[in-house]
Amino acid sequence: MELFLFVTFSALTVGSAAAVVWHPHPVKSALFLILSFFSMGGLYLLLQAEFIALMQVLVYAGAVMVLFLFVIMLLNLKPRGEDRAAFKVRVRWAVPLVLFFVGGVLTAVTGALARLAPAGSHGPDWVAAQGGNIRALGRLLFTRGLLPFEVTSVLLLVAVVGVMVLAKKERR
Amino acid sequence: MSVVEALYQCSGLLAVLILFATGVLILLLDAFSPLGRKGRLGGVAVAGTAAALFAAWQSESPGEPLFFEMVVWDRYALFVTSVILLGALLVLLLSLEGRRRDGAGTGEYYALVLFAATGMVLMAQAVHFIMIFLGLEILSISVYVLVGLPRHERRANEAALKYVLLGGFASGFFLYGLTFLYGATGSLSMTAMASYLGTGERVFNSYLLLGTALVLAGFAFKLALVPFHLWTPDVYEGAPTPITAYMAVGVKAAVLAALVRTFREALPAVVPHWTTALWILAAVTMTVGNVMALVQQSVKRMLAYSSIAHAGYLMVAVVAGTPSGVTALLVYLLAYTVMNVGAFGVMVVGQKERDGGELLQDFEGLGFRCPLVGAAMALFLFSLAGIPPTAGFLGKLLVFSAAVEAGYTWLVILAVINSVVAAYYYLRVVIAIYRRSEAAEAGPEPAIRLSGGERAALILAGLLTVGVGVLPQGFWEMARRAVLALG
Repeated sequence: MELFLFVTFSALTVGSAAAVVWHPHPVKSALFLILSFFSMGGLYLLLQAEFIALMQVLVYAGAVMVLFLFVIMLLNLKPRGEDRAAFKVRVRWAVPLVLFFVGGVLTAVTGALARLAPAGSHGPDWVAAQGGNIRALGRLLFTRGLLPFEVTSVLLLVAVVGVMVLAKKERR
Repeated sequence: MSVVEALYQCSGLLAVLILFATGVLILLLDAFSPLGRKGRLGGVAVAGTAAALFAAWQSESPGEPLFFEMVVWDRYALFVTSVILLGALLVLLLSLEGRRRDGAGTGEYYALVLFAATGMVLMAQAVHFIMIFLGLEILSISVYVLVGLPRHERRANEAALKYVLLGGFASGFFLYGLTFLYGATGSLSMTAMASYLGTGERVFNSYLLLGTALVLAGFAFKLALVPFHLWTPDVYEGAPTPITAYMAVGVKAAVLAALVRTFREALPAVVPHWTTALWILAAVTMTVGNVMALVQQSVKRMLAYSSIAHAGYLMVAVVAGTPSGVTALLVYLLAYTVMNVGAFGVMVVGQKERDGGELLQDFEGLGFRCPLVGAAMALFLFSLAGIPPTAGFLGKLLVFSAAVEAGYTWLVILAVINSVVAAYYYLRVVIAIYRRSEAAEAGPEPAIRLSGGERAALILAGLLTVGVGVLPQGFWEMARRAVLALG
C-alpha cells in the first residue's frame, strides 16, 4: 500500500512538473504546478511529516501559487502560438539531455540504495519521543537551527528591499 | 543554550552583525532623511565596513564552532573576511560619486552592498552547508538587485535577468547536490560528514559522487568557471561598474573560501577522486578566458574575460590542494582583489567623463590627462599581467610553485603560457593610455577631476598592489597561519 501511494504521488509530482514546462497556456501551467505541490505534500505525509505536508499545501499550493495566478492574470499572458515552433526545436535538444541527466541520477540512486547513511539522530523515533512533529520542529528550530533561522530573516529582508527598489515609482 | 551563552557566541559573528546593522541603519536613515542629504549615507556605509573590518581584527579567533556547529571564527575566516571587506570598502569608495549624481535608490544601493558583504562573510565562516547556502543566497539576491539597479538601461535589465535566471538554476543544482550529500553521509555539518566518511570504503558511493558534482557545479557557476561562465561577460558588462568589480572580487573570494573549506573539512576523502576534473576545469577556464579576452574591443568586457582567466589561476591552487597551495590561494585572492578593483575603479573614473567610456579608444591619452589615474591603471594592468614587482606577480609565483611542488607541472606550464598570452591584451591598454589621442593633438583635453573617495580607493588599491608585491612576508605569514586553522 505504501509503495503504491509512493509511486502514485511521485509519478503525479514529476508528471505535473513536466506539464508545467510543456503546457503552452500559462494559467494551466500554474495549475499543474499546484498539482505538483499537492502530490509532494502527499510524499511528505508518507514520510510521517504531517506538519510539513500541511505547510506545503498551505504555503505553496495556497499562498504562493495564488500570487502566481494573480500575476499571470494581471499581466494577461496569452498562449504563445508563434513561439511554439522555436520551443519545439529547443525541446528536440533538451529531451536527450534531460533523459541523460535523469538516467544518470537514477542509476546512481538505485545502484547505491544500500549505501545510504543510517538515519541520523532525528528519525521517526526521536520525533515520537518529542511528542509529535510540531514540537520536534519547534525545538530544533530554536536550538540547532537557531542561527540559520535568524539568518533566513536577513535573506527575506534582502529580498523585500530588492523588490521595493526595483518596483517602486521613481520620484522625479 | 542559554541567552547569555548565545550573546557570548555572537562575539564570533561580530563582523556579520556590524555589517547587517549598518545596512538596516542606512535603510532607516534613507527613509527619514531629506532628499538633499543622501550623500552622507555613503559615509555611513564606508564607516560601517571599516568598523566591521576593525572589529574582525580586534576579536580573537579561537576557532571554536559556534551556534551548534553552524559557523566558526578562525584565522582562515579572518583572512577571507578581511579580503572581502577590503573589496567592499574599495567598491563603496568608488560608488560615492556616482551615487551622489544618480540620487534614486541611494540608500538601498549601500544597504544591499552591505547585505551582500554580510552573506559573503557568513560563507567564509560557515562550517555547515545550510549556512553556506544561506550566505550564498543572501549575497546572490543582493547582487542580482544591484546589477539591475539602473532600471532604465536595457543592458542592465538584460544582465540582471540573465543573472537571476541562471543563478536560480545554479542554486537549484547546489541544493539538489546537498540532498545527495545528506543521503550519503546523514548530515550537513562538515565535521560530521568528514568523520562519517573517514578514509575507507564509504567514499565509493554514487550518491556522494553525484552530490559532489552538483555542489561543484553550483560553486563553479558563481565562480564563473568554464563551462559555467556563459552569463559572465554580459552580466559584467551590463552591471554598473563598481558592482562589476564587487562581483569579480567579493563574490569570488567568498565562494572560493567556501569551496576550499568544503574540500578540506567536509570531503577530504572524496577530493582525490575529483582532481582530474578540477584539473580540466582550471585548464579550460584560464585558456578560454584568455583567448576570449584577446579579441574584445570593450575594456570592460576584456576585464570580465580576464576575471574568468584569473578564476582559472585560482583553481590551479585548489587543484594543488596542499597547505602551501591554499596559502598561495589566499595571497592570490588578496592580490586579485586589490588589482581588479583598482582596474575597474579607473574605469569608473573614466566613465564620468564620457558616456560609455569602455572602449580602448576612450583610454587613449589617459596618462597625459591625469597622470595619477594613468599611472594607477598601468600599475593594476601590470599586476594583472603578473609582471614583477607587483602583487599579481607574487600571487602567480606562489600559486604556480605550490602546484609544481604538488606535482602538477603540466598544468603550470599551461598556466604560464596563458599568462604570456594575457600580457598582450593588458599591455595593449597600457600602450593606449600613454598614446596621444587625436583629440589631444587638436587641443588640450580637460583634465580628469577625481573625487575624494575615488582618490582614496585608487591610492589604497595601488599601495596594496605594490605592498603585497614588494613586502609579501607579512601577508604570506598571515595566510599560512590561516591555513593552519583549516587542519
